[in-house]
This record gives sequence, structure tokens and C-alpha cells, in this order.
Amino acid sequence: MGKTLFDKIWEKHVVKHIPDGPDVLYIDRHLVHEVTSPQAFSALKAKGLKVFRPEKTFATCDHNVPTLGQDKPIADESSRRAVEQLAANTAENGITYFPLGDPGNGIVHVIGPEQGIVLCGQTVVCGDSHTATHGAFGNIAFGIGTSEVEMVMATQCLMQSKPGQVRITVNGRLAPDVTPKDVILYIISKLGTDGCTGCFVEYAGEVFSDMSMEGRMTVCNMSIEMGAKGGMVAPDETTFEYVAGRRFAPSGKELEEKIACWKTLKTDADAIFDKEYVFDAADIRPMVTYGTNPGMGVAVDGTIPDSAAGCDAATFDKALSYMGFRKGEPMTGKPVDYVFVGSCTNGRIEDFRAFAKAVGGRRKAEGVTVWLVPGSKEVERKIEEEGIGDALRAAGFQIRQPGCSACLAMNADKIPAGKYAVSTSNRNFEGRQGYGARTILAGPLVAAEAAVTGRIGIGKQ
Amino acid sequence: MDKIDIIESTAVLVPVDNIDTDQIIPARFLKTTSREGFGEKLFYDWRYDADGTPSRENPLAGQKGVILVAGNNFGCGSSREHAAWALHDAGFKAVVSSSFADIFRNNALNNCLLPVKVSEAYLEKLTAVLKEEPGTVIRIDLAAQTISAPGAGEEKFGINGYKKECLMKGYSDIDYLLADRASIIEYEARTEGVAGH
Repeated sequence: MGKTLFDKIWEKHVVKHIPDGPDVLYIDRHLVHEVTSPQAFSALKAKGLKVFRPEKTFATCDHNVPTLGQDKPIADESSRRAVEQLAANTAENGITYFPLGDPGNGIVHVIGPEQGIVLCGQTVVCGDSHTATHGAFGNIAFGIGTSEVEMVMATQCLMQSKPGQVRITVNGRLAPDVTPKDVILYIISKLGTDGCTGCFVEYAGEVFSDMSMEGRMTVCNMSIEMGAKGGMVAPDETTFEYVAGRRFAPSGKELEEKIACWKTLKTDADAIFDKEYVFDAADIRPMVTYGTNPGMGVAVDGTIPDSAAGCDAATFDKALSYMGFRKGEPMTGKPVDYVFVGSCTNGRIEDFRAFAKAVGGRRKAEGVTVWLVPGSKEVERKIEEEGIGDALRAAGFQIRQPGCSACLAMNADKIPAGKYAVSTSNRNFEGRQGYGARTILAGPLVAAEAAVTGRIGIGKQ
Repeated sequence: MDKIDIIESTAVLVPVDNIDTDQIIPARFLKTTSREGFGEKLFYDWRYDADGTPSRENPLAGQKGVILVAGNNFGCGSSREHAAWALHDAGFKAVVSSSFADIFRNNALNNCLLPVKVSEAYLEKLTAVLKEEPGTVIRIDLAAQTISAPGAGEEKFGINGYKKECLMKGYSDIDYLLADRASIIEYEARTEGVAGH
């Protein structure tokens, strides 16, 4: 029987197998941020240990940081302390750290690929569930808890049982108004928030082979929202082109040798998955969510259904009541108070290009608060370099500074209770964007329409 | 690490599907750099209104026990181990559901909090019994891998042999890995230059 892409990478990383237990899995890249690492650093210190392979570990601050006035000290005392602690811990352990304001700083899952830290065929972990993003390069990338962060720091290994495997194929071509975000929201709406629990997903088919690296990152990023440990796309020329020339990526002959090796990273024709799903690109429309989990999604021109995959009736009704929506209502035309464009899901340059293009010559709607938050300093730099910043400012928008921001509202960027926010982030859980906040997940085009009209909808692309 | 053998207790019932880690502990409480004190923040936004007054709709009100019985897909969302710390700190020793999110399950196991995965039918029966008789005592026997309660009967649950031994003896993964660094160094020497490294 043939092997999957996942099998091939996994097998290369097994240090040893424990009978009736997990595998000891070697980790190639460990990404670190300020929220899930301090307890791991302290536990390590208490054992009298230092980080075992600091050259495979990279750190940034993103969750707690303000998105305005980054040149000043962080006003919130506990956030400031968390960031200072990370600076001290990384210095003590000889870890590359991108502090606030550094040209390499940004959201951990944006800078990993952007700086060429994450390559192909690797095992990549981070104390963050959206680590799945890095699967876009053909990596086994998954989120871990702080105890596991400590294990990787101490030994560069984790104990992991091999998960099940699912392949999701989307054939055909996407319509011009359908973005990678819509593709993944569509898939999650079909499979439910626990549709792939216990499994790793491989995305296959023309839609993904035609997709840019940034689009693939958006898709893989949200694999966790259907319960998958991670998601991956086989590396191809698009991938190699993206990796070449990045700061920490290999170059010259070394890169050529790596690429020759990466070209073998494909699922064999006779490999068997535990589950297969096949979708048609023609069925995918721009999507929005109407409930309180990412599986509660519907086409923007559709109506709110009376049930959702993987959601019992009581939970479904509770979600609609939280959102202030009713079954059967159309989503198009619903008023919006806030728009957030950013996060590790949709905070990359292509997202801002798409947003700016969809805004066209129009102005920001009165009464709508719009937060445009680049995913990294590099994205911020490109926004200015390409003139997107000037165009958007002339249309009444403000570009903020990089960070996780309103995606999880750990900093000051909180949506007030009861307000509706169209958000290009990844989770619409109750209270995720602020106590009582009502989140409508969408891609950058729906966000642009909401920002200029104050309503849910999609313009002609 | 604590050890787990037999857990016998009344239960706290929250029959809601897809309880995510943002509900278990909201992100604004994750700024502290220690592992202590998260129990107070457990399900904070369910227990308190925006102004800090106790919520009248708190689903946990009046319930006591060290076993949490929840709906399907418990612990989905963020990887924050703070969710497992908060449950453990609040005194919980086991969570019963028909499915657990992968990262939460690992986090729970690493903190001596036992995730007991039962069939949907058993969870339905157990939920009905607890609604009828909130004082029902549940017994979880890790050695036998069984959960039982009067009225709901008994069911076996799965756990891999290695993890079971860890929980029963109070071992943790990091001790295992540290004791075997020689294999890791040998692996690094053997694989130098292969894809990914």
C-alpha cells in the first residue's frame, strides 16, 4: 500500500516507537510567543535546564501587543510584563527573538513563513492552535499546550500518537468573488467543528494547486476549526518559489538539493485515507458565519438554516439567541458596527490588496469602526510600499500596527457587547472578540463591502 | 504529577456541545506568567455578568463534584493549557464527553485531568440520569477503564497503555524524554541532512 504525504514526513521524524503508546517525534521548528511560553521557561529553569536546540526555536510577541503606539511602553501592566518576560527568557536561552517594532516582528504564523523559518517536509509546533497554518508548505504543523512547549524546549521532541488521516479534495475553479477563506468556511460548514477530530487533513485538487501560498495558509490555518490537528498541501513550484530568497531559508546549491528532496513529498496514488471528502468549486459562494462556532456558516446571499453540522438543537438555538438572529433570515443587508481585517488567517498582503481593490473608489461608511491590522511589520511595509495605505487613508481608513489584535481581544482592541463585527479572523466563539461581542467571520471581500456600506453583502468583483 | 486510580464523585453537568477553551477560560485571563490561580477564572463569563455580578443564568450554579459531564466536542478551539489548569485548579479530576478536541485532551492528560470519552448513547443516558438525580455518584475506575453510575450502567473507555501507566504512577512525558536524550542525539546524528532538518 502506498504512503500519504503525512506518513512520509511522520516516519522520517520518529525517534522511537513506544509499544501501546505514542511515538517520540522529533521537531524541526519550534515557534514561541509570550502567552503560552512563560510557564514552560520557568519549569525548565526549575529543572536546571536550558533550551536544548535554541537554533531551531524562534520567538515573537503578538497576542498582547497594542496596535497603536508600539514605540511607547505597553500601557497594560500584565501585558507588558508578559512581553518583557519573553525578551528575558529568549536572551537567556540564545533564541532568535523578534521584539515589538523589529522589522521581523508580527503574528507568529505570519512571520514563520515570511522569514523563511518554516520550510517544507518539516515538523513544526507552537503553543498555539493555528500552527496548522504552516501545513501550507507540506509540513506536519500543529498546536501544542504549554507542558508540550516545555518538552520541546527540553528535548526537541514530543510524544505523539499517530493521528488518523483525511483527504479533502476540491475540484474545479473558484468564481472571482470566492476567496480561500470562503473555501475553508464552506468546508467547515459541511463537516462541522468536530468533523476531523483526531485526524490530519491533506487538501488536494485543482483549487489548492491553483491557490497562492498565502491562500493555502488561510485554508490550513482553519483546519483546527473542524477539529483537525492540522492540515497540509503538497509542496509544488508555487511553494518553492515562495521559499526562495527568504531571510532564514537556504539558498544556492543547498536550496536546490532541498527542493529536489521536497519534490518527493507527495501522496502515493494507491495511498488510503481513513476518510475522503470531495467538493466542487462551483458550489462555493462567498461565505459568512451566523452563529458562535466556525461551522455555522452560510453563503452571504443565503438564509440562516435551522440546523448546523455537529451542533445539537439546543446549542444551535443558544447560538442564534446570542447573535440576535432568527432561522430563515437572509444574511445580506444585516447591519454591521465593526470590521476587523487581520489575524493569522487573513492578515497577509494579499488580503489587504483584495480588501483595497474591493473598496475601489468608495469611502468608509459613517458609523462603522474599521480596524485594519497587518499581520507583520513586513506586511505593513508592503501596504505602504504598494500605495495601499495612502489609498485607504484617503478613503477614511486607518492602518494600525501588527499583532493578533481583535481576533482574541487580549489587547485593547475589543468589540463592545452586543455589537456586530465582520471579522476576517478564525473564531466566532461567544465573547472571543470581547464580552458579548457578536462575530461574523468572512473573507476580505465581504469585509470590504461591510466597511463601505455598513452592511453584510458582496460587491461585484 | 498527581496520580489517578479511582474517582468517585457527584458531577457538574453542562450539557452543551462544542464548549471551547475561550468559554473555559477567556483570553483576557491569560496574561499571567504563572500556572496558579486559574480556577477562579474557570467559565468566568458564564458565572459573571459584564459588571462582575454573579450571573442568574450560570449553568454551574448549585452543582458540586470533581467530575465534569459535558456535551460533545469538549475543549475545542485554542491550545491554551490554561483551560486544563483552570479545571484542575478548580478541583476537577475528570471530564466526561463523547468527544474531546485533540490538543485539550493532551493538555488534560499532562495535568492529571482524566478525559473520559464515552459513546454518544452513554452520554445521553448519563445526562438524563444527572438531570433527574443531580446527586448521583459517578465512579470512574482507571485501572479497569470503566465509568459507571446508578441508572446509567457501566461503559468501558479507551486510553493508550502508556498514558494509563503515566496517570496511575504519576509519571510525565518530559521525564521520559529527558531520560532518553541519548536516543534523540543519536537520531539527530543519523538524520543530519535529510529533508526538514
